[in-house]
Amino acid sequence: MSAREEVLHRIRRATKDVTEPDPVVDVPVDWAYGRPLGTEDVIADFVEKVEDYKAAVRRCAPDRAADTIVEALQALDTKSIVVPAGFPEPWVTALSEAGFTLHSDDPQLTHAELNAIDAVVTTAAVGMADSGTIALDHGEGQGRRALTLLPDRHICVVHEYQVVSDVPEGIARLAPGLRERRPVTWLSGGSATSDIELSRVEGVHGPRHLSVVLVAD
Amino acid sequence: MNRRTPEPGSWLGIPEFPRAAKASLQDAEQRKNLTHATTTIRAKRVVRASEVPEWEELRTAAAQIKDRVARHLEQYLLQAEEAMTAAGVTVHWARDAADANRIVADIAKAKGVDEVVKIKSMVTQEIDLNEYLEAEGIAAWETDLAELIVQLGHDLPSHILVPAIHRNRSEVREIFKEEMGRYGRPAPEPISDEPSELAEAARLHLREKFLRSKMAVSGGNFIVADTGTLVIVESEGNGRMCLTLPETLVSVVGIEKVLPTLEDLEVFLKLLPRSSTGERMNPYTSMWTGVTPGDGPQDLHVVLLDNGRTNVLADPDGRAALRCIRCSACLNICPVYERVGGHAYGSPYPGPIGAILGPQLRGMGDANTRALPFASTLCGACNDVCPVRIPFTDILVHLRHKAVEHKTAKHPTGEQLLMKGAGWVMKDGRNLASVQLGTRFAGRVLRGKSLGPMPIPLASRWLQARDVEAPPTQTFRQWWKDEHEGGAK
Repeated sequence: MSAREEVLHRIRRATKDVTEPDPVVDVPVDWAYGRPLGTEDVIADFVEKVEDYKAAVRRCAPDRAADTIVEALQALDTKSIVVPAGFPEPWVTALSEAGFTLHSDDPQLTHAELNAIDAVVTTAAVGMADSGTIALDHGEGQGRRALTLLPDRHICVVHEYQVVSDVPEGIARLAPGLRERRPVTWLSGGSATSDIELSRVEGVHGPRHLSVVLVAD
Repeated sequence: MNRRTPEPGSWLGIPEFPRAAKASLQDAEQRKNLTHATTTIRAKRVVRASEVPEWEELRTAAAQIKDRVARHLEQYLLQAEEAMTAAGVTVHWARDAADANRIVADIAKAKGVDEVVKIKSMVTQEIDLNEYLEAEGIAAWETDLAELIVQLGHDLPSHILVPAIHRNRSEVREIFKEEMGRYGRPAPEPISDEPSELAEAARLHLREKFLRSKMAVSGGNFIVADTGTLVIVESEGNGRMCLTLPETLVSVVGIEKVLPTLEDLEVFLKLLPRSSTGERMNPYTSMWTGVTPGDGPQDLHVVLLDNGRTNVLADPDGRAALRCIRCSACLNICPVYERVGGHAYGSPYPGPIGAILGPQLRGMGDANTRALPFASTLCGACNDVCPVRIPFTDILVHLRHKAVEHKTAKHPTGEQLLMKGAGWVMKDGRNLASVQLGTRFAGRVLRGKSLGPMPIPLASRWLQARDVEAPPTQTFRQWWKDEHEGGAK
């Protein structure tokens, strides 16, 4: 018997007490999926929770977005930036005019090259207020996963219309992309550890600085 | 041949829980470290859980989803296998640790790599993968900070979430100063015992390993059956490094880790971080569904591991242990764990979850495992914090029963002989009267002195912790006879 057949055989034997063939009928789940929270001000909640992770949040009007991105980068003492494909053109122009050295990922940068670049700027897919989480689905403007991992600073642009109250709505928004087999990364603040005496230290392997630019609708 | 990675401690030398616990309790430093850590994390968990108005409903839903999966495991595993295969993942099946270890080593050899980077994973601790790979000439580097402390410290993990919870900052500093240079980039000089400086040392030490690594090994928190999506939650970003940079990724996942649909993630991703690190959300969560061209590993493997899980599944009274999502809330709340620490439990799964999972995964064959269901006061604090509502105390009592059954299957025990004797005494009033002649005599000899510790077989274990009053010189039957029957004459 192959390992596969044997494990499946053991499972069948172990669950022979189960007589109802339909799992949904056999064990009902008392939960209504995808519900929003009754948060009064979702955007304010999002800002509060993200800041609670010691990430910087800058709110701005749409016509101030480019300047605010430049400001966020300057505050983190940045010189070189990797800009993913699909990052909005006017913002790229503003970055270039502000004097940053811009790198494109086409052709793909090596890991060593990415490791030497100061920062990455991206857009995002979804923001979840209650947990202060930003989800990337690595589509247009977000780059492949290594781009938001190796540079030490991540400036992430989120639009207010992308922010939902909580995780269930967030999963619902991400589900179509996941079903298309897009990789998805959730960021809740920057990299952190509590492994030494349970005291939280920001910044281990991922970007040590997460800076969020929240653009009003 | 010289070893490539630090030689770890061994579970084999650890005696049965009662003796191991006694030794651990003498370690004042460890007790101090554990009290500090578990007190901190308990306070955080309770704050985060109370922020969620529907916390109890979430726990119920999580338990139901997990029960649904367990009771229909074959169906969900086959669905997950099909979805993963369609997404370009090579799916392997492993009956036991030996199967799984061999599969991982064979992939490494086929790829021609002699080292792998690892994400913290309970399942690879369970199968002792690192030592198997070491024997095959493949170095496995732990990249989670606490696992790195354990690995460089030639130590054993003592907690599910924070394996180095028994170490304090100055011990970590000593380990890093002493050992890092032997296995890669040394710790910066000078280095203090500030956690931020120690984390920086780990960042630098591991960055060179991440950048050169060709293969990574992970566990997995969830596999979504309907899409074949794997989910890993983590804090430090070492997980993302392992899941993103190497060309090959092998994920060893227990067969119970399947969830039916993507939507089920909303329940678990709300419960898990709040229960485990006491955060609203863990810093990083990675979800991937097969190979993405031009992004991340292009050769993906998943090893579906049984290793005793079907034994747990086969017992309807113990099955709920498979709901476990490895959050460690039961360890942090447990008065026994807090004082004794993780090593005394003799396996990578300590605390209440270890006490119910170990005996079921490994069977009652050895004395160390049989002792685990008794490593509890049955206070039930673990029942209350468990995000998937595992009925710990019910399962502990059930397993105690099984442990006793196992002991008495081959030959009668002292307790059984005692009970048999008691049965004879109670069967007939005359038998009782004749035994009471003896106890009245003993009572007169002792004259009201209580019984303390004394080397009487069987009774000594009871007496070493308790005083027992001397038997009375007059029995009830004697008193009745004197008062009534004598009075009637």
